[in-house]
Amino acid sequence: MANKVRGKREVEIRFGERLTPARQLVRSALTSGPGILWVNVFLLVPLLAVIAMSFLTRGSYGEIGLPLTGENYTRLAGFGAFGFDPLYPLVIVRSLVLAAGTTTVCLLAGFPLAHFIVQLPPRAKQIALTLVVIPFWTNLLIRTYAWQILLGPQSLAAKAASALGLAEAGRPLYPSLGAVYLGMLAAYLPFFVLPLYSSFEKLDWSIAEAAMDLGADGRRVLRHAILPQVLPGMIAGMILVFIPAVGQFVIPDLLGGARTVLLGNAIQQQFGASRDWPFGAAIAFVGMAVVMLGLSFYARTAGRDSEEALL
Amino acid sequence: MRKPSLPLWIWAAILFVFLYAPIAVVIVYSFNSARHGGPWQGFTFDWYAKLFDSREKIDAAKNTLILGLSSTGIATVLGTLLGYGLSRYRFPGKKLFSRLMYIPVVIPDIVMAIAMLMFFSLIRDRLGLFELGMTTMIVAHVTFQIPFVAIVIRSRMIGIDPSIEEAARDLGATAFQTFSHVTLPMILPAVVAGAMLAFTLSLDDFVVSFFTTGPGAGTLPILIYSSVKRGITPDINALSTLIVLVSVIGTLAGLFFQRPRRTSGES
Amino acid sequence: MAQAPGEPIGWQGATGTARATSVEVEGVRREFGSFVALDGVSLAIRPGEFLTLLGPSGCGKTTLLRILAGLDVADAGAVRIDGQDVSEIPAHRRPVNTVFQSYALFPHMTVRENVAFGLRMKKVPGTEVTQRVDRMLDLVRIATFADRKPAQLSGGQKQRVALARALINEPKVLLLDEPLGALDSKLRKELQVELLALQRRLGITFIFVTHDQEEALVMSDRIAVMRAGRIEQLGEAEEIYERPRTRFVSQFLGTCNLIEGKTVRREGLAVLVETPFGELRVEGHGAPAPPTPESPRDALTLAIRPEKVRLVSLGAAGEEGENRVPVTVRELIYIGSETHYLLDAPGGLILTAYAMNSRIGSQGFDLGQAATAVLPPAGLLVLDD
Repeated sequence: MANKVRGKREVEIRFGERLTPARQLVRSALTSGPGILWVNVFLLVPLLAVIAMSFLTRGSYGEIGLPLTGENYTRLAGFGAFGFDPLYPLVIVRSLVLAAGTTTVCLLAGFPLAHFIVQLPPRAKQIALTLVVIPFWTNLLIRTYAWQILLGPQSLAAKAASALGLAEAGRPLYPSLGAVYLGMLAAYLPFFVLPLYSSFEKLDWSIAEAAMDLGADGRRVLRHAILPQVLPGMIAGMILVFIPAVGQFVIPDLLGGARTVLLGNAIQQQFGASRDWPFGAAIAFVGMAVVMLGLSFYARTAGRDSEEALL
Repeated sequence: MRKPSLPLWIWAAILFVFLYAPIAVVIVYSFNSARHGGPWQGFTFDWYAKLFDSREKIDAAKNTLILGLSSTGIATVLGTLLGYGLSRYRFPGKKLFSRLMYIPVVIPDIVMAIAMLMFFSLIRDRLGLFELGMTTMIVAHVTFQIPFVAIVIRSRMIGIDPSIEEAARDLGATAFQTFSHVTLPMILPAVVAGAMLAFTLSLDDFVVSFFTTGPGAGTLPILIYSSVKRGITPDINALSTLIVLVSVIGTLAGLFFQRPRRTSGES
Repeated sequence: MAQAPGEPIGWQGATGTARATSVEVEGVRREFGSFVALDGVSLAIRPGEFLTLLGPSGCGKTTLLRILAGLDVADAGAVRIDGQDVSEIPAHRRPVNTVFQSYALFPHMTVRENVAFGLRMKKVPGTEVTQRVDRMLDLVRIATFADRKPAQLSGGQKQRVALARALINEPKVLLLDEPLGALDSKLRKELQVELLALQRRLGITFIFVTHDQEEALVMSDRIAVMRAGRIEQLGEAEEIYERPRTRFVSQFLGTCNLIEGKTVRREGLAVLVETPFGELRVEGHGAPAPPTPESPRDALTLAIRPEKVRLVSLGAAGEEGENRVPVTVRELIYIGSETHYLLDAPGGLILTAYAMNSRIGSQGFDLGQAATAVLPPAGLLVLDD
């Protein structure tokens, strides 16, 4: 819609300010410009560099350079220098499985929790939400190593497990896959609950009540009246858990030990001991690909940004 | 609204215990006089006292503080401007940039960390700048703090009654006067909230710091990590407790400043 | 600045009328996508008048006001203040101030600071600011809570602060966007009177927007009735009410009985119209122009206000050419000082008649009673549509 006022194109007045497109550009440059520039230069460009790096070769003395090669990716797919080695494909699959598993556990655990909070009186709701948020904002490293204590050889959990015959007495419950899952759940539960909760908050209960009125039982009510309405929040939560979970490094590192190699550890190895940056970049790229896929899926299914729900 | 049923209460209680158990155990064990993280042997403040004897820890604390304050300062300014600009002005490609801004929020931190490491190394090799250390860590932290601050500011800006700024203009204020006398005071709580959140993010970060740090620039989380790798010692628990305390205070303060408040002058 | 009691309060020594300003709007057009908010509106506002833009929501009245304020830009057309084209002048430099519907008070400032804002922005020296603010606070009677913040004020108090804040800048024109909308009716009526008195005292041009027709009638010198982006009728309150020119105006202010008919012939200054009630005689201001070959006014809509319809008993004697219509009382609504009658009339039409209960003793007619409705020829109007 063009404003043609005496030959001037597209003059707009917003919040009382006369803005031509040129002026809006200048204002944007002055306000949004620095922030956008910073994030672009220091994040997007490096990410592009990662992609570029993944096609380079690592020489025998650790130097990085041409020729361009797809070798890093084939190695990821399992076709290494010595024939088929399922190590890295397994790493990727394991990471995806772990992320999916974490998401599922968060879903099963978090759904009732969100339901619970929504049913509280307003003041209690605020308190409950704050309580959910606080662990989220404390250091993940600290929370994770705390699980080492909680699952240590003399801990309640270990004693209970050995009493139940699930583990040997006197041994810690970590490093193990189960410990990793526990840690992931504890870390990502708030990520999931918050967006789900905001969907629950906007729920139209009259639909559920109408369903019950019409004779539907609890399960049917859930499936047909409640679920469709909270679906956006649920999907948002699932994506917010899945994406970072794929690349999680600290939790598998501390609770999974050397035996459990996941994407995050693998990347860290390449940038640490192994010094194979191009390969590490390729692994990281896989992580990025998951992020991109997840984000575009999210953008398609949901309109708004529920990251704000995190705050 | 129906009240929650008993099973829901129980489940919620279990989950809350589950969420807080790690934090609780760290706090409790920081007072445990047992030397090697063994079972409870008595209450003591010793480990806290020991913290102040450790040169290593004090240096790390200083670094963490410098890092946190510097990055928060920069990120708050840039993030506020960004949030303001996004809520007010249109420019070509705005939609795309807005989406891109969320990348630091969802990206796995290790991917971001190595990307920056790579970037800094490349620049260091070519231009001699960005030697790994405090500077690179600050730059990295600002990068993931900006989107958070911007989101907070932007949602506050959207919530403001537009006629207030129109009234300011109507009464003769220029754009700059409107911003400084009317808009900024009104969003100030949000700016403070954004700053607190940014600081907490910086304080909590481990992975990005780990990869972008350099000699002499180690932070507390990095210190904790290397200690934990060697085996948990009680003074680490004490240190962690202090950090958790600061995070919790920062979060609560941030939430406090983000309370919904009336933004218009109407009844 | 001393002033004799009763003298119009002036700005800086000048008398009220000397500063009054004319505003002209010419062919202003505003579109929002495919929605036409203003469809080529033209209007000349007289210096010092209280003009109301009256209409339902969506008619464009607020849009027009905002364009006058400089808070919006017209797609076409001109806006002139005192003869000078202000279209290029941004809001903060126009000699115009606005009282917003939501008051838009600055929440972080006290009443005093709110009121002083405009002066501070113009860098008026501190001592002068204090003087003028104090004077204004007294004028609008909010001095007692000068140090409170908006959150601590009631609706009526906020409205006064908004008014003071706008007026202190001595604008040439004051724009008011439904300022009384959020107040309860008693307070509204009080403030209506106050606003009107203020305007008379100050003598500056007020442009007032409302959807409340009673408010418009009470306060305005002239009313511009707007609909769908156009001004349907512009005129003084009495003229608009007594002589509405379109169906919309006739129904928007008060109600009107509408009767379709066809012209039969002219008789001097009167016109005879064939209607379902028989032949009606229309004369006076209502009489249409003689039909010309180009515009045969064959089909007509007649309108008459219910209070002009006189209800008399069936057999009562009447005068020649009085337009007597036999009716039956279908429903009556007793309001105390008035009774409203819904009457079944010939042709299946329903007439509304308002009767003042001015007689002592039994009042008027009963349900189902047959009577005669008299439609005075001078009370019948011909509408433009």
